Amino acid sequence: MAARFSPKLSTLLRRALLRDGFIIDDHEGKKFLLNREALVSPSVQQEELRKVFAKCWIYVGHASEIKEPGDFVTRRVAVRPIIFCRDMDGEVHCFFNTCRHRGAIVCTEHKGNKRSFRCVYHGWSYLNDGTLAGVPGSDAYADTFDKNTLGLRSPARFESYRDFYFLCLDANAPSLEEYLGRAKDYMDIVLDQSPSGNMEIISGVQEYDIAANWKLMVENSVDDYHIPTTHSTWLAYLANSGVNIAVPKGEGLVLPTKGLAIELGNGHFTTDNVNFRGRPVAKWIPIYGEDAKPEMEEIRNELVERLGPERAARVADTNRNLVIFPNLVINDGSSVTVRTFFPENAAKMNVRAWALGPVEESKTARSRRLDAFLTFYGPGGVATPDDVEALELVQQGLANWQDDPWSEMSRGMGKEDEQLNSDEHHLRIFWRRWNELMEAL
Amino acid sequence: MNAPSAAVQISRPEIEDFLFHEAALIDEWRLDEWLDLLTEDATYEVPPNDTPMGDSKNTLFIIADDIVRIRERVKRLNSPNCHAEHPHSRTRRMISNVRILERDGDLITVTANFVCYRYRRHERIREYVGSYRHILKCGVSGIKIKSRRTILDAYELGSLGAVSFIL
Repeated sequence: MAARFSPKLSTLLRRALLRDGFIIDDHEGKKFLLNREALVSPSVQQEELRKVFAKCWIYVGHASEIKEPGDFVTRRVAVRPIIFCRDMDGEVHCFFNTCRHRGAIVCTEHKGNKRSFRCVYHGWSYLNDGTLAGVPGSDAYADTFDKNTLGLRSPARFESYRDFYFLCLDANAPSLEEYLGRAKDYMDIVLDQSPSGNMEIISGVQEYDIAANWKLMVENSVDDYHIPTTHSTWLAYLANSGVNIAVPKGEGLVLPTKGLAIELGNGHFTTDNVNFRGRPVAKWIPIYGEDAKPEMEEIRNELVERLGPERAARVADTNRNLVIFPNLVINDGSSVTVRTFFPENAAKMNVRAWALGPVEESKTARSRRLDAFLTFYGPGGVATPDDVEALELVQQGLANWQDDPWSEMSRGMGKEDEQLNSDEHHLRIFWRRWNELMEAL
Repeated sequence: MNAPSAAVQISRPEIEDFLFHEAALIDEWRLDEWLDLLTEDATYEVPPNDTPMGDSKNTLFIIADDIVRIRERVKRLNSPNCHAEHPHSRTRRMISNVRILERDGDLITVTANFVCYRYRRHERIREYVGSYRHILKCGVSGIKIKSRRTILDAYELGSLGAVSFIL
């Protein structure tokens, strides 16, 4: 194990030792290397909690998870236990789930509906707008004791874009909309699946751990280079089900090439692909069954009528894996997944994933969407378990980091034309931004 | 009423023998033989930990296979390119508290508790604890599984990780 230095000192040391911190980004030599310490070091992981998770907008939850006044969910966001709830007036809040008195968790349930949260330790209770409502034996406090200053605390910033709620622990950060920037355009394409523009989180959450650094999940979520090897059994499953898995060539494609990697600013990026392996929104494949065809045609007609043929094709016939820096992934592929993940330690992450669907979706379309989800995604899906395996093998191999310190990530750097999703352009976008934040003192 | 069907007559020890046999086939990775225990319309489900009694038509499950995908799953598990399960997990499941909940014609609903211990390579043990809920079809050709639901007690999968084997 490397010597322990204060975080600032270790940053200075890295600057002295390496040209660009954790990366070597050599545009002339067309070479990009990542120092593997970034993926294994406990002190780096502590440092990134401060420099990345406490500086960026971090996804909390979706408005549809707390539809009614009094609805709440609890979860850990940016490694902090929080309550995400809707008060009796319908306003959405995010509170740190900790009693102002002595610190205990005040809401122990995963989800539910409550007017107030009562700490089981000494009985302090809070309304679901955060107000401290009750302090047993309050006559024992002096006049200076002010209940008004002892409501549940909220993160410095809490904002939403089209029902996606984020917190930010940095009071001086730009607004959420400014932070999301061009990523909003791609969120909009996803949300255009719904006739009213409203999508909802579908019941059933997948929560599982991967024994790997969380940043490996960012890479894996958008890396199309690994598909033929890691997911050969998934491709075989599609082929066995009558899906033509060959990459189509030539005319009629919405996008010029088979799939792009696009930079969206602030560390965000997306893949942008012509779809040829099916989408529950109006791109039929045999897995959905003949019965599905008429309804899928209706869905497409609605899209064309509402959005025009070009935008409808954009929504139905292209797919994308969107990364909102640092740890929110919206995969709009064989279904729509909202996936977020946090480091438990340098070598372990907690993953949380949901399915997203239009609020007005019919029962049959919803069922098709959920089934399509499981053809690829999730801890029991046909593909994700092999991703988990690949990421864990990386982490295990990285135990050699001191003897073999650099990961080679130059794929696509020599190209003049577009960067494909099977290149590593988008992975470099992530690492440059992460490195930039980590280099700040 | 028709004459008493096979499901009416079948006893709990016979059900237990069947469940123990199924567990052995899965633990021993004799998955093609396991497929022979399933009806032509069989389903295999693992509901999400937060909605154990949910319906896969309106809830995101961990696994919700029809017979076509069960067969594809087995093909995948038998392939050396199923990276998550090569080398195979070593599993050992204990089944107890077998109860017959309902008899309806030739169908019989049974529930059982299980503990499934799993070793992956050199890793530490993972313990999957929960209950099975099988709907069995009893006919002249013996007992077949019409539906099979594996309900986990854990609040989340967490360190149990991916359910890449037959649970």
